[in-house]
Amino acid sequence: MNAEYRKDLFADERSDDFDVVGKPVLRQDIMGHVTGRSKFYDDHAFDGLLHMRCVRSPHHHARIRSVDSSAAERQDGVVRVLGGRDVPVNTNTLLSLINFGRDDEPLLATDKVSYVGQPVLAIVATSVRAAQEAVDAVNVDYEELPHVLDVEKALKPEAPIVNDEYPNNTFDYFDTYDHQKLRFGDVETAFSRADHIVGGEYQMSPIEQAPIETCGAIAAPETNDRITVHTSTQALFFSVGVTAKQLDISSARLHFIGGTVGGGFGGKVDSHHEPLAALACLATGRPVKYMWDRAEEMQVGGPRGGERWRIKDGVMRDGRIIARAFTGFFDAGAYTRLSSYAVQKSTGHLPGPYSIPNVASNVYCVFTNRTPSTAMRGFGITAADFAIERHMDKVARAVGMDPIELRILNAYRDGDMKAHRREAKNCALIESCQAVAQKTGWSLSGDAARASSKTGGGEGALGVIPATVTDDEGRIGERRRSGLAPEPFSGKGTRGLLPEGHSSNNSSAFGNAPQRKDMEAEVERLGFKGATGVPATLQEPADEATSSARPTVPRETAQTTHPAGARGGPSLPAAYTQRPASTINQPIAQPPAQASGTPAAQQPVTPPAAAETESETATTHFQRGVRRPGVSRFISGSRRR
Amino acid sequence: MKSPVTFTLNGSESAVFVDSGANLLDVLRRGCGDLSPKYGCGQGSCGACTVLIDGEPHVSCLVLAETVAGRSVETTGGLASGPDLHPLQRAFIDGFAAQCGYCTPGMLMAAKALLDRNPSPTRSEVEEAISGNLCRCTGYEPIIDAILEAAKQRGAA
Amino acid sequence: MLEVETYPTVGEAANAMDDQARFLGGGTLIMNRVNYGDRRFNRIVRTTDASLSEIRAEGDRLEVGAGVTMASIMASRDLEFLSSAARAVGGPAIRNMASVGGNLMAPHPYGDMAVALLALDAVVRMVRGEELSLEDFLARRNGVVRSLLIRRPQGDEFRFRKVSRVKPKGVSVMSMAAHLTRSAGRLSGVRIAYGAMAPTPVRVRAVENALEGVSLDHAGIAAALSAATEGLDPPDDPIASGWYRREVAPVHLRRLLLGEDAR
Ligand SMILES: Cc1cc2nc3c(=O)[nH]c(=O)nc-3n(C[C@H](O)[C@H](O)[C@H](O)COP(=O)(O)OP(=O)(O)OC[C@H]3O[C@@H](n4cnc5c(N)ncnc54)[C@H](O)[C@@H]3O)c2cc1C
Ligand code: FES
Ligand code: FES
Repeated sequence: MNAEYRKDLFADERSDDFDVVGKPVLRQDIMGHVTGRSKFYDDHAFDGLLHMRCVRSPHHHARIRSVDSSAAERQDGVVRVLGGRDVPVNTNTLLSLINFGRDDEPLLATDKVSYVGQPVLAIVATSVRAAQEAVDAVNVDYEELPHVLDVEKALKPEAPIVNDEYPNNTFDYFDTYDHQKLRFGDVETAFSRADHIVGGEYQMSPIEQAPIETCGAIAAPETNDRITVHTSTQALFFSVGVTAKQLDISSARLHFIGGTVGGGFGGKVDSHHEPLAALACLATGRPVKYMWDRAEEMQVGGPRGGERWRIKDGVMRDGRIIARAFTGFFDAGAYTRLSSYAVQKSTGHLPGPYSIPNVASNVYCVFTNRTPSTAMRGFGITAADFAIERHMDKVARAVGMDPIELRILNAYRDGDMKAHRREAKNCALIESCQAVAQKTGWSLSGDAARASSKTGGGEGALGVIPATVTDDEGRIGERRRSGLAPEPFSGKGTRGLLPEGHSSNNSSAFGNAPQRKDMEAEVERLGFKGATGVPATLQEPADEATSSARPTVPRETAQTTHPAGARGGPSLPAAYTQRPASTINQPIAQPPAQASGTPAAQQPVTPPAAAETESETATTHFQRGVRRPGVSRFISGSRRR
Repeated sequence: MKSPVTFTLNGSESAVFVDSGANLLDVLRRGCGDLSPKYGCGQGSCGACTVLIDGEPHVSCLVLAETVAGRSVETTGGLASGPDLHPLQRAFIDGFAAQCGYCTPGMLMAAKALLDRNPSPTRSEVEEAISGNLCRCTGYEPIIDAILEAAKQRGAA
Repeated sequence: MLEVETYPTVGEAANAMDDQARFLGGGTLIMNRVNYGDRRFNRIVRTTDASLSEIRAEGDRLEVGAGVTMASIMASRDLEFLSSAARAVGGPAIRNMASVGGNLMAPHPYGDMAVALLALDAVVRMVRGEELSLEDFLARRNGVVRSLLIRRPQGDEFRFRKVSRVKPKGVSVMSMAAHLTRSAGRLSGVRIAYGAMAPTPVRVRAVENALEGVSLDHAGIAAALSAATEGLDPPDDPIASGWYRREVAPVHLRRLLLGEDAR
């Protein structure tokens, strides 16, 4: 393979004395691969190995009236039939291990099934064939329910409830909204100023990771009351944590062996095989293999979920994009798994690698009666990027501009403020565009050819956090009651205004003060600690209290007093120059029940669980051994970095 | 019901009892303990289970085990002679032709069948020869290059 | 549970058949069903009869045993005209196993070899000696086939084309075969067959009729192209929608008839 190193670019930002990059290194595992000796999970032989097959739902959505497995239990070779009631903790959600989201997915369905292929019973037998035959002998009496397969139909008031834990068919964000918000500047005013409005809708179908090795696990009893689990998982410690939780045993009894994975691509993080195999191992005292065949891998294996994106841009005649609004729908399928997180990841990525001073987005994690979706290579980003780049081409056509030059004109530059309120650093989009143009013989105008990521960034309005119009529309349950449109600023709710802010210190990972508490909630959720060195307090700091007196800005006022792009507004409140320690050390923001609907009232109060956090003083950038409140007791409380 | 089957596996005589209806892949892996052929689909579409029967590539998941009685079966497990790697194995190592490595044993067998018949194949003959083998890590280009390189090395030797 | 029975002659094997039994050819389809626990059958009947894999040539008449594999067809000088159809089936490993007899039974979208044989007006000889046209056999698809009787086509009058998305190996969007017989410089008694355009490989009489008496050029085949999918309701499957198949069929038919290269 011929990589070309462009030593002329960013030469002062890195050293070129690579002693690893560009030189071949023998891979540790390659000898095993070419001799067929690498041990994948299925490459372990066990005496008396039992095999597991599942009875699966033939319906998109159905209530289970009754299950009769008596005939199956009597068949030759059948050792054990397991149902949801045999699982100590049957309901789980993967990210419960990092305290994100509510347990919503049964390992084995008991009351209803919500997608085709959902497992209802697990049959353990002496051979695959015996297990297959027993599966056919089970009689499940289903009462079919109406189903929904489209993300936007699922938001309609009349849509069937897919997931009882989330009766609005959307994941709950911050216990407050049915979507993840991003608000930066004032898109509405900017749209009214724009020369062109360019809208577009983009859709990506679900994609199956399709690893050549199908997902699976073998659980075998160890002599010392432990269980050895060989697994295809890509997330060994997730799998340990989930298995310990669902079996209600200590993770010290689980000896997980993995790491040699026959292709994962994200699809091997769901941790469903290990708990079932380990449960069957406990129930039978024998080694048990639960391995998907190819048909299951394709039908039941969580794919990259389908996504739909709508983008609306406000564009000036010269090609500058001054406002961009997104409405995004992630099809989570029937259960959350990782989609809740993908939504947040994608929100952090908006509006793409461009500096746009006004951005708003509503992104929904929607439940439908499809196979639950999960991770796949860059998920959360891929479809959003596809939409954004298709849209850039559309904008280029609308303003009659060269598509590469349009990108260079709008590209972020070092020092620009991004919509998630961090300064852009080490940007290289412009140089990448120039290199592409050069390689393809595409001629660029002088300005575009001379542009650089290192110059012009952070100038004027683009270097600050703009005054930002907020709203409280889309509170949990509201959409289903009122049929509210999913677009940001769709007309309902109370507006607020957050004053302009600055980045104080971009060298710290969290140097930029958030304008709202819910913007920072993830910081603590992920176990990071800020760099301030100030002990945590439970008190709301004074300047936060002041900010809670922010006026509600009516729409007209917002438009007239804070035209988008006009900067240098009010002087900076202290809250934005120095970040109060307490906001950094606060655990997950839990907004209280909303009374008045003003942004001030949305400020979260500190939940009692914070007491645990308080006992630790955040003194280093990343704490070792941080105990996080509400984290599963089944995984160790420390996070190593 | 189990029945006895004898065949040659990588040059040695092998006798196993097979379940009726068992496929060759299961018999090689469970019965003979040769774990080099892999299961990827059980329906002939991925090629991870490719072995040579009397020198020709077959997807072992679709071979009824008893049909190999008296025949010769070769797998990646027997590709190296003692400590000496086969030129294909060397070329796969040098050319980074394996990522996760799951398709690799099947690829090597398909490639061996080609080189045994046609010591200096063209690129499109190589593509044709591995057309029944999927690599989801999508390392096809390095795999094709490695097979061509192995042919060159063998020609030189 | 599943049983396997092995018989020394194909006649004995045929006698052992009932609806719970499947006759084993190369196994590329049957073993898939076995691996996936198909319970519609519980016996596999096979034979070690070598006569099933023979290719016999008597002048222009060829007899191809039902057990002959795609790889053996490609290796046979006598069957060179079928080699493009044989090469169209699966990858090398599949072709070492896939038999002609099994191909006649293969469900949509398979059956590429059957398409070629249909255009060649092959006759099916059953184990018990009965002979019937391939078209009639495909309509009922039962009994054990002993061999196929084929008349060798002359010159370049036989053509086969497979359309697939993945190359060189891929399942058919469609396959097409034409036996372009002529009389006095004009097409006459032409046979056209399609695969993956109906539940089984089919002859396309509308196209055959439209080609009667025309010359083999753009103008001559125009009527045939507009009749390309007349009377057909191509199925939707993961490879292509019926709509797509219908849309592209005339293009591929033109390329087939005029011998244009697609790649
Ligand atoms: C990965 C893959 C790719 C494939 N690609 C193609 C392709 O591109 N084109 C294509 O056409 N097919 C394809 N196939 C399908 C299949 O391999 C071929 O159709 C093949 O010719 C079937 O023959 P077999 O001998 O393997 O059949 P088997 O699996 O042995 O049998 C199939 C059916 O035919 C019956 N049968 C077999 N022999 C006889 C006989 N003598 N008399 C009566 N009935 C008989 C069996 O009872 C069974 O019902 C593919 C299959 C796989 C797995
Ligand atoms: S496992 Fe045999 S081809 Fe996939
Ligand atoms: S290396 Fe992973 S499938 Fe080929």
